[in-house]
Parts: sequence; structure tokens; C-alpha cells
Amino acid sequence: MATETLIWLIPLPPALAFFLIVLFTNRNKALSHTIAVGAAFLSWLGSMIVFVRALRVESLGENPFESSVNWLPTGDTWFRAGVLVDPLTAVTLFFVAWTVLMIFIYSVGYHNFGQPAGDHDHKGLPPHGATVDEHGHKHVVPSVEPLYSRFFAFIGLFAFGMFTLVVSDNLLTLFVGWEIMGLCSYLLIGFWYGKKSARDAAVKAFMTTRIGDVFMLLGIAYLYSVTGTLSFREIFTETTLRTLASIPSMVNGLSSAGLIGLLLFIGTIGKSAQFPLHVWLPDAMEGPTPVSAMIHAATMVSGGVYTAIRMFPLLSLDSTTMSIVAFIGAFTALFAATIALAQNDIKRVLAYSTISQLGFMIAALGIGAYVAAVFHLITHAFFKALLFLGSGSVIHGMEHGVLHTGKHDVDPQDMFNMGGLKNKMPITFWTFLIGGFALSGFPIVTAGFWSKDEILADAFAHNLPVFVTLAVAAFLTAFYTMRQITLTFLGEPRTKEAAHAHETPWTMTTPLVVLSVLAIGYGWIGIPEHFPLLGGLVPNWLHDFVGGTLAEHPEALEFNVVPLLTSLVVALGGLGLGYLMYRNVNSPAEDKLQLGFLKNKYYFDEIYDVVFIKPVTWFADKVVYQIMDKGFIDGILHLFGPGTQGIGDGIRNYFDLPVINKFFGDGSANATYFSGEKLRLAQTGRIQQYLMLALILFLAIGAALYFLIKV
Amino acid sequence: MNFISAHFLSLILFVPSLVAVVMLFLPKDETKLLRWFAFGASLIPLLLSLSVWFQFKAFAPGFQFQERYDWYEAINSSVHLGVDGLSLTMVLLTTLLTPLAILASFSVAEKVKAYMMLFLFLETGMLGVFMSLDLLVFFVFWEVGLVPMYFLINQWGSANRNYASMKFLIYTMGGSLGLLLAIQLLGVLFGTFDLLALTQRWTSLDPDSTLLGMSVSQVKAIAFWAFVIAFAIKVPVWPFHTWLPDAHTEAPTAGSMILAGVLLKLGAYGFLRLILPLYPFEAKIFAGALAFLATAAIVFGAFASFAQTDFKRLVAYSSVNHMGFVVLGIAAAGLASGTNDATIALDGAVLQMFNHGLSAAGMFFLVGVIYERTHTRNLEEYGGLFPLVPVYGGILIFTSFASLGLPGLNGFISEFLVVRGVWPIFTVYTAISMLGLLFTGAYVLKALKNVLHGPMNEHWAHGEHKLTEINAREILVMTPLMVLILWIGVYPAWILDVINKAMMMLY
Repeated sequence: MATETLIWLIPLPPALAFFLIVLFTNRNKALSHTIAVGAAFLSWLGSMIVFVRALRVESLGENPFESSVNWLPTGDTWFRAGVLVDPLTAVTLFFVAWTVLMIFIYSVGYHNFGQPAGDHDHKGLPPHGATVDEHGHKHVVPSVEPLYSRFFAFIGLFAFGMFTLVVSDNLLTLFVGWEIMGLCSYLLIGFWYGKKSARDAAVKAFMTTRIGDVFMLLGIAYLYSVTGTLSFREIFTETTLRTLASIPSMVNGLSSAGLIGLLLFIGTIGKSAQFPLHVWLPDAMEGPTPVSAMIHAATMVSGGVYTAIRMFPLLSLDSTTMSIVAFIGAFTALFAATIALAQNDIKRVLAYSTISQLGFMIAALGIGAYVAAVFHLITHAFFKALLFLGSGSVIHGMEHGVLHTGKHDVDPQDMFNMGGLKNKMPITFWTFLIGGFALSGFPIVTAGFWSKDEILADAFAHNLPVFVTLAVAAFLTAFYTMRQITLTFLGEPRTKEAAHAHETPWTMTTPLVVLSVLAIGYGWIGIPEHFPLLGGLVPNWLHDFVGGTLAEHPEALEFNVVPLLTSLVVALGGLGLGYLMYRNVNSPAEDKLQLGFLKNKYYFDEIYDVVFIKPVTWFADKVVYQIMDKGFIDGILHLFGPGTQGIGDGIRNYFDLPVINKFFGDGSANATYFSGEKLRLAQTGRIQQYLMLALILFLAIGAALYFLIKV
Repeated sequence: MNFISAHFLSLILFVPSLVAVVMLFLPKDETKLLRWFAFGASLIPLLLSLSVWFQFKAFAPGFQFQERYDWYEAINSSVHLGVDGLSLTMVLLTTLLTPLAILASFSVAEKVKAYMMLFLFLETGMLGVFMSLDLLVFFVFWEVGLVPMYFLINQWGSANRNYASMKFLIYTMGGSLGLLLAIQLLGVLFGTFDLLALTQRWTSLDPDSTLLGMSVSQVKAIAFWAFVIAFAIKVPVWPFHTWLPDAHTEAPTAGSMILAGVLLKLGAYGFLRLILPLYPFEAKIFAGALAFLATAAIVFGAFASFAQTDFKRLVAYSSVNHMGFVVLGIAAAGLASGTNDATIALDGAVLQMFNHGLSAAGMFFLVGVIYERTHTRNLEEYGGLFPLVPVYGGILIFTSFASLGLPGLNGFISEFLVVRGVWPIFTVYTAISMLGLLFTGAYVLKALKNVLHGPMNEHWAHGEHKLTEINAREILVMTPLMVLILWIGVYPAWILDVINKAMMMLY
């Protein structure tokens, strides 16, 4: 099959799976997940074939695979939409396809396929377990998710959105994929919609990202107006870029490239949960765990960063925009890392860590470290998917314990209820350890080290404040990761539930193992050439390949020992300190970092509520609806009713009745009556009088005629 | 066959009325017969207009399928029918929505005969507006459509129907008084009401000469506003919109479907067919004001919708918000007619008219479905109904997101085109309108959150109040709408191309 055709086909299987499951197979769990996983496999296969073929192309950046069709008629031209695989797309496709497939497989186990239906499970609520009778005694086992098929339909649509976003050759279809993911994240975060918290989190996620989206839409419209195209290949030509940079925008001091870049970047801020639109992501943990991995690792948030990376040639035209990007990224990286220190929910730690890591990528992009941003995007996708799936496995194991003891008030996500899971869940432990070390940037072995080190090296070379900020954030990352690992897996079980935790089935552990291989191995393709000892042993393939996406191949950085030492110190120091501080901590009370402002995420939710949500709700209801529409506009309209009636009454009382009725109506009648009354005197009935009257009249007329004629 | 092909438009136009007259002789107690008869008959115009659609030559300028019959010879008014890409799109929308609305009305049990007859008359009234090329006949149909709708609201509406129907009727009629006078002026001046002849002569009047004791430009400005107010009330443009939430909320379900689906389009159609061609100069001068009002409609419509606790009122206000984009596109075209940006804005506006017809009709129907079962429209009395009615829930989510403008569904394409087209012309207004787009999300999600999600309201789960799932007939009503919503969202070129060519030739 032609590669171009194949690229067109990549997003389709999951979409087809969505429709098949929704319309036909939703009652059959096995069939539904077979279709979904099969579809993910087909997309994976297509992506791998395209990836391999892309590797074989000489300078793919200049000769990418591309194909497009007429989509929208716009005046006398057409808007063309199509697919594009250049180096950036190829590597993104690679990690998306892998993580998606792993997450799909994992979901089968996570939703307890093959287990009995629950005793009291409700649709729209998490399953609560089923009682089974085995060898004469009853015990409780996990029960299958009541809306099992529905889950696979949604993640299918989600995967479709991501693949669409990745293979699009233009901003508009990219935006289509982007928003479809937004819809799916809404549906999936609110998957257990019966829970009030899940429902609210879903709305919050959608609305917060939509703030970014409307700005992005403006940016797209703006870009389209100026250049007449939204196709990446056409925008990123030298002449178009020069035009964009030279036309000033309506905002003082910004070129139109700068403003467009900024508008598009606000979209990324929303989608990738950067400060100040980061608030939705931690709440998004309400969704089932595979969703967290989908949203926070493989797809949606990566989609935001991917788009920013994609638009890099445009963003980099304006230095103001780039500084803003760098600032937002670096600030978010540090800010979110501090919050993660004080979270006790195993998934929330990862959520804040995701925000922080995305900040790293954004900051890298802002200082012009294109390849480093891509590198970290990929490695992060692998190890963060691994961590989320691992945490899901932990929660699953803990739920097992909860079902065993029957104490449903024990939160299976609270790390202080865990401890000692290392022996209970060995596969989960080792893979989680790999993921955690990769996140911390454990030197040499893990992929996270190489990508983070590259960001730090670039930051050191280009922007010292960013370097310092990111270094501190990296230290905190290692620290909270070790805190998490220590509290969860090491030491002794702190609760009975933890003591009865259980390793999860193979459908869940296999993806963990596969992802942990990638979380380690993927780093080796991006080892800098000048790295001591290791440099040059393996060629820095990533730099050569991904760098080719840009018109000007980015220079490889000179080796410098300071950033290397920094990344060694922060990673090892953070890990070590984390272990030392938390190995004997058994309850939140003993945790010195449970500070109010950190636990409450600097009160952002509360502030937004007071500053935005409450006033807007008030404004909509009181001002726009009650005062303006009901009061003012309808008030005026209602004047017409009584007003018209008033005019009517006035006319009746002051004109109709006195003038028409009294004067003309009654008046003419009266006059007739009156004249009749008077004339009646003449009607005597006597002939003589009539003749006399006739004679007088005759003489009078005759006299009149006589005078008239004579004259 | 020859007769049909020579009289396509008049058949489409008058078949519904003829059928209604025939219905007069059907027994009034045979409700089943009456329903199916009306439904079957309403498919005839649909099939005919589909046939017209496929024979229509999108690239040919001017009006096609023209027919002309003498009507009022003394004042040179004739029934002159014809369609171009703009009106054909609207005709298709009307003939599509009418059968669906009739099918949706199968649950109406009182006075079925009168009800169905009124719907068919209504269809003739609406189609007449879209097809007429004679101003006087245009006006006649414009007013004729009001009458059935008045009775539909007044007789089959809910609690506050008297107020709502009166407000609807008086407001619209009041608005069209100026229109009538202005049309008379044109007719008297040129001795004809034929749109094509009038457009040519009216626009070529010397602006410095005098007319009725005033300069031509003054007369034109007055006539312009007379037209604008009539159409602005119908669209409705903010601040003439307050009849809409009342009328929509009180109307029976199918009435709301047609009101939102087609009647509002009459106003926008008036702008496109009459105002832009007849008053290019005035449109340019006053475009800024119109854009301001459109932006106000988008933003305030969304806010007001967000403030509602009545499900149907919420959907009603969403029409104000969505139709604002149509007017914004029209305003931009008024200012910059002939440019590529204007064409794109108009493409978006016309497609938005069609799209809003689909999604608003769908939304009103879905509100009706749940209202019929629960007898409440108060959002706070629902809650967590999804597990009880999964199919209904899925359809509601789909349609709501179409209304929200989700990419991949129809509303996005048209809103994007409007935004893209208007941006270079009214940059600030476009930016402000994004606030409306944001709040579109807020009110749609508010509705979904209250109806489907959250803890289940046990009241609807058991016993006599147990909520029943959407039935096959109701799914049948939604199916064509949903198919079109998805189809236009994924591949809009089949309809957008027709619109685009028409816009290129017209403006």
C-alpha cells in the first residue's frame, strides 16, 4: 500500500471501533474490547510501517510523505486538508501508537474483564465488588465495570482524535483532532458520572481547556487571514514567515507572527495544563486510571506540546513570544513541582508531576531547544504512561485489599494507607521504579535522564534563569518521586488493606513491562555526541532525524560539564533525600511538608471561584437575564401594551365619546331630530297652507331668476 | 412527468396547502390516519426539492426553475418563483424539517386535524418566502407564515401560551409594518414588484436627486431601516430578541423545532436576499452597528442561556447566540462585499443557518422528549438520568455537542468560516464574540450536567414516574438530523460548494 494511503488510514480504525461499539456491540463486553484493541493494534501497525518507511527516506524533512484533498470551498479557492509525515510526525506517531496500544490492553484488566457483575453496582459509578461462593465460603472479588463497552468506545474516539492531530498537515484538522480529544476527555473524566466530583471535574476540564481553545481558534483565523493557508508546509516557507514577521499586529510592539504565535500558544496552555490554566488536570484524576494515562501522557496534554512544537518556526519569529513561552514553561515546571510535594493521593502526585514536566518541554521550546523539547515529550510519554498505569495497578491491588477487609472507608489511592507493596506486587514495583527513576532523571540508565539533561544543557547555554528554575524543579521532581516510591512500596504495610494487596492480572502487567523497556531504551537514541565516554558510541540519531524537520538544522550543542553535573546532583540528591526523609514516615502528621498552601495548591481553585466563576454566574443571571432582558427590554415592550391601551382609552374617552359620539353621532341625530321637530310645525295637512307656501316659493324663485337673467 | 418538471417550485410550494385542504374532508377522529396522511404528504415536497437539488446547476448564475403567474395585474405584481444556491439551501432545510416536525407531533392528541393542517399551511408560508422573487408576494408569504404559528402556540402551547403567542404575533407584525411601507414605496416608484427589476433600478437611482421631498439617500436610509427592523426582529438580533425565548418555550415541541429551525432563517434570508442587494451603500455605512448588535447577541445570548434553569428556555436562548454568528457574517459582507473574506463570512453565515436549523430542531425535539415524560422542564428536577435512558442520553450528548460547535460536527465548520471571514473585517468584534463561544460551552455543559450526570434523582427511577427510553419513532426523527450533522461536519463540500458559488455570484 502506498505510504500516503496508509497514513490516511491510521486514525480510522479507532473511530470505526467507536461507532461499531456504540451502535452495535455495546451489550457484548468481549466483542467490544476485541474491536477496540484490534483497532488500536491496526493503528499501531500502520504507524510502525509508516515509521519504518519514514526512516528510510533520505532527508525526510524536505521530502515528507504528504497528501491532501479539497475540503472546504472558500471563494474561488479550496481549503485543502491532508496528512503529513515529517520527522516530527514520525517520532510522535511512534510513541503515540505504542502508548495507545498499551493503554487499550491494560484497560481490559483494569476494568475487571472476566469478573462477575457486582452485587450493587450502578451504571455511572465505580464497581464495588461482587460476592462469590468458593469452596463453601463467601468472599468478595472485584466486579466488572458496568459500562465496560462504553469505556472502549470512548477511548477509541480519543485515539482517533490523537492520531488525527498527529498526522494532520494543517492547523484546522489538527484542531479538529484537538477538540475531539477535548470531548473525549470530558466524557472519560466524567466516566463515573454518577459521582458529583467526577461530573464537576469533567465540566471543569472542558471549560478550562476551552478558554485556551477559543484563543487558539482566533489564532488560526488570524493566521489564515494573513497567509491564506493553514498548511504547515506552506506556512513554514521562508517568504511566508518573513511576511508574518514583518507585518505588525494590532498589539503594540508585536509582529503578527508574535501575536498569532501567542494566541496559538494559549491553546497549548489550556490543553497542556500550563499555568494559569493548569487547574483542570489534577481534578481530571476522577476518571478511571487508563484515562489518566491517555490524557496525561500519551495523548491530550502531549497534543498541546506537540502543537507548540509544530508551530515552532512561527513562534520563534518573535522574541517577545518566545520569552513568554519560556517563562510560562519554567514557572509551571517549578510551581507544579512544589505542589506535588504535599499531595498524598498517588495519582495526584503524578498529575502535578505531569504539569511540571510539560513545563520543562514548554520552557525548552521557549529557549529554542527544539530537539530537546521533542525528546522530552517522547520519553515523558513513555515513563509517565508507565507511572500512571503503575499507579492504577497499585490502586487495583489496594482495592483488592479493601474488598478483602470490607472497610470501604479506606482510600485505596492514599499513599499513607500503603507501604510495603514491593513484595505484594513485584512487577508493579519494579516497573514503577523504572518509571519513577526515569521521571527523576536517574543518570545514564533511564531515558528521562537524557532528555532532561539535554533541556538543562540547552537552558544553560541560552538562558540562565530558566536553567536555574528548571534545575530546582528537577531536584523537587526527584524528591517527590522518591517520596512516592518510598511511601507506596517500601517499608512495612501500614494498613491491613495494603497487607492484602495483590498483584494485578497479566493484561495489566504486560503493558507495564513493555513501557518500562521503552522508558529506558528510548533514551539511548538521543545521547549527545560529545558526552563523556558514551558519546559517539551510538549516533545521536534523534538529533539528526528530528532536527531535519526544521528548515535550518539546529546545531548540536558543545558539551559543558556544568549542566551535566547539575543534572547528576539534582537527580541523585533528590532521590536520596526523598528516601532518607520518608523511609520512617508513617502518617501525614509526621510529614513535614504537609503545608496548607501546598496541600491546597496555592488556593487557585478558590481564587478562580471568587474572581471568575461566581461573578460570571451572577452577571449572566442577574445582569444579562434579569435586569437587561426581563427588566429593561421586556419592560420597554410591556410599555407598549398599556401604552397602546392608554392611547386607545384616550381616543375613546377624549375623542370617540365626546367628539364622534356626542358631537357627530349623537349631534347629527340630535340636529336631525331638532330640525324635524321644528319642521313638523309646517306639516299641518291643510291644502290651502301648502298652496300658499308653494305660491310664495314660486314668486321668490321667479324674482330671483328675473334678477339673475337681467343682470 | 412534463408537468412536474415544468412546475417544480409551485408544486413544492402549494402541495402542502392542497393537502391541508384535502385533510379538511377527512374524519376528525381518525387521528392515526390524519397523522400518517400529513406525514406522507409532507414527504412529497421533500422528494421534489431533493430532485431540484440534484438537478440544480450550482455554477450557473441567476435563478433557476423560474415560474411566473399573473397575480395582481393592476399593480404589476406576479407570483414569480425561482431559486438560487441560497434559497435552495433554505428550501431543502424547510422541506426536510417539516416532515420531521410532523413525525415529532405524533404524540399530540388534541385537535389533531387542525394541528396538522396548520403545519402544512405553515410550510407553504415559509417556502413562499424563500422562493418568491416578487416583493409583494414575498411579503404576503412572510405574513401568512405567522398565522399558523400563532395558533400553534396559542392552542397547543404550555402554560404561558397566551402571552407568548401574542408577543410573537404583535412583535413580528409590528416589525413588518415598515417593511410593507418600504415595499409599497418601491412598487409605486417603479411600477413593479419584481425583485430583479427593482434591484437594478433602485440601486441605480441618482443619490443626489430628490424623492418625496427628500434626497434619495435619505429615503434609502429610511427604507433600509424599515427593512432591517423587520428582519432583525425575526432573526432575532439583539435587542429585539425577547419574544424568542417566550415563543420557543411555550410552543409545542414541533412548533419550537420549526420556529428555531426555519422561521428564524426567514429573517437572515431577508438580510441576504433583500438588504444586501438593495442597499449595498447603506449596508456598508451601517455594517458596524449591525456587527455590534450581532456581537451583543452572541455574547449576551450565551450569558442569558447560561443563566436559565428551564431546559427549553436555555435552548431557546442558544438560538440568539447562534444566529448572532449569521448576522455577524452578514454585517462583515455588508462592509466588505466582493472581497474573499466577505465570501468566506457569507459561506459561513449561510451554512450556519442550515446547521442551526438541524441542531436547534434536534435540541428542541430532545427537550420535548423528556418533557413529555417528566412534565417538567426545570433542570434542577432532573439529575443523573443517564443510566435510565442511555440511548436518549447518547443522542442528547451528540446533538448538544453539535450545538456547541464541536469540530467534526456541522456547527464548527460554519462558525469557523464566519470567524475566519469576519476577523480581518471586524477584528475586535470577532475577538469579543469568542466570549460567546466560550459560554456556549458553559451552557451546553450545564444542561448535560443537570439532566444526565451526577447522582440520580430517584424520583424518576421507579413506579409511575419511571422514565422511559426514547422510542423508535423519536429516534427516527433524530436520525436524519444526526446523519446530516455528522456528514456536514466531516465533509461539508456537497452543500458548501453550492452556497459558496451562490455567494460568489451574488455579492
